[in-house]
Amino acid sequence: MADTHIDAPEPEVHAGAHGGRHPGPKEYIRIAIILAAITAAEVAVYYIEGFKEILVPVLFFFSFVKFTLVVLWFMHLKFDSRTYARFFVMGLAGAITLFLIVLLTFQVFSS
Amino acid sequence: MASLEHSVAPPVSDHAATSTGLPSLKLAMWLFLASDCLLFGALISTYVLYRGASTTGPYPSDVFDIPFTSVSSFVLLASSLTMVLALAAIQRGDVGRSRVWLLATALLGMAFLGGQVYEFTSFVREGLTLKTNVFGTSFYVLTGFHGTHVAVGVLMLLTLFTLSFAGKITQDSAMTVELVGLYWHFVDIVWIVIFTVVYLIPTNPGPGS
Repeated sequence: MADTHIDAPEPEVHAGAHGGRHPGPKEYIRIAIILAAITAAEVAVYYIEGFKEILVPVLFFFSFVKFTLVVLWFMHLKFDSRTYARFFVMGLAGAITLFLIVLLTFQVFSS
Repeated sequence: MASLEHSVAPPVSDHAATSTGLPSLKLAMWLFLASDCLLFGALISTYVLYRGASTTGPYPSDVFDIPFTSVSSFVLLASSLTMVLALAAIQRGDVGRSRVWLLATALLGMAFLGGQVYEFTSFVREGLTLKTNVFGTSFYVLTGFHGTHVAVGVLMLLTLFTLSFAGKITQDSAMTVELVGLYWHFVDIVWIVIFTVVYLIPTNPGPGS
């Protein structure tokens, strides 16, 4: 009986009132500075002639990093239950699948 | 027995006990955001599908003002920071500071919307309307839907700001602020994709150019 509580679902722990796991303001500011720097880099590579050949993959990489930072830190998916992440990844996978099906159907890649 | 009683007691957070152990409202918000991914997935797919397909101008390179849109992007990113600072403040019980950050987030959101209105107005003056060409149609529908999401977010933020004066936003109701925050950050990540796909990736002029 003593260890019955192990099988029970764990209540989610929130920051502040209940001993939080979410990052503090300093870490949020650090992430925001990184996001701002990446955005500045995005705009810079847009204007730099030397990047013309690899502009699209570089921009997609920057965009992916920014997207991931916001989702993991600001939306707390790095710290919260993985159930939320599964829900979101499900929607994201659906959107990417939709994107690929539309573009493949209309042969956008071949043109 | 004591431990069993402890295990079935309501969770210590601000939500009733659920079979998942997770707050249903937060789960519902994530489900909504997942469905919204599909909406924006369809709109972005449509924009990409019609890239460079306009037979008449104006074309993207004729109307886009990258420095101006870059500033708008910085504004929206800054609003994500103020949003998490509002959440962090309410989670430690600092209602006053949370209120300030909520108002700052709403103001930054309104600044972004103001920029979008200015951008749309200048595009229309340059001859790009919803009906001019497929670029105009897909661009206005995509960015218009995003702007509508921002406007809804601003309304939610102002509602929280107002409710805080009535004592309805406290440390115990931090979940409400977190839910609005999730929606706000989603709007931000959608813009991250739009800024890259629509504005920064160059488009070849249409076949009619």
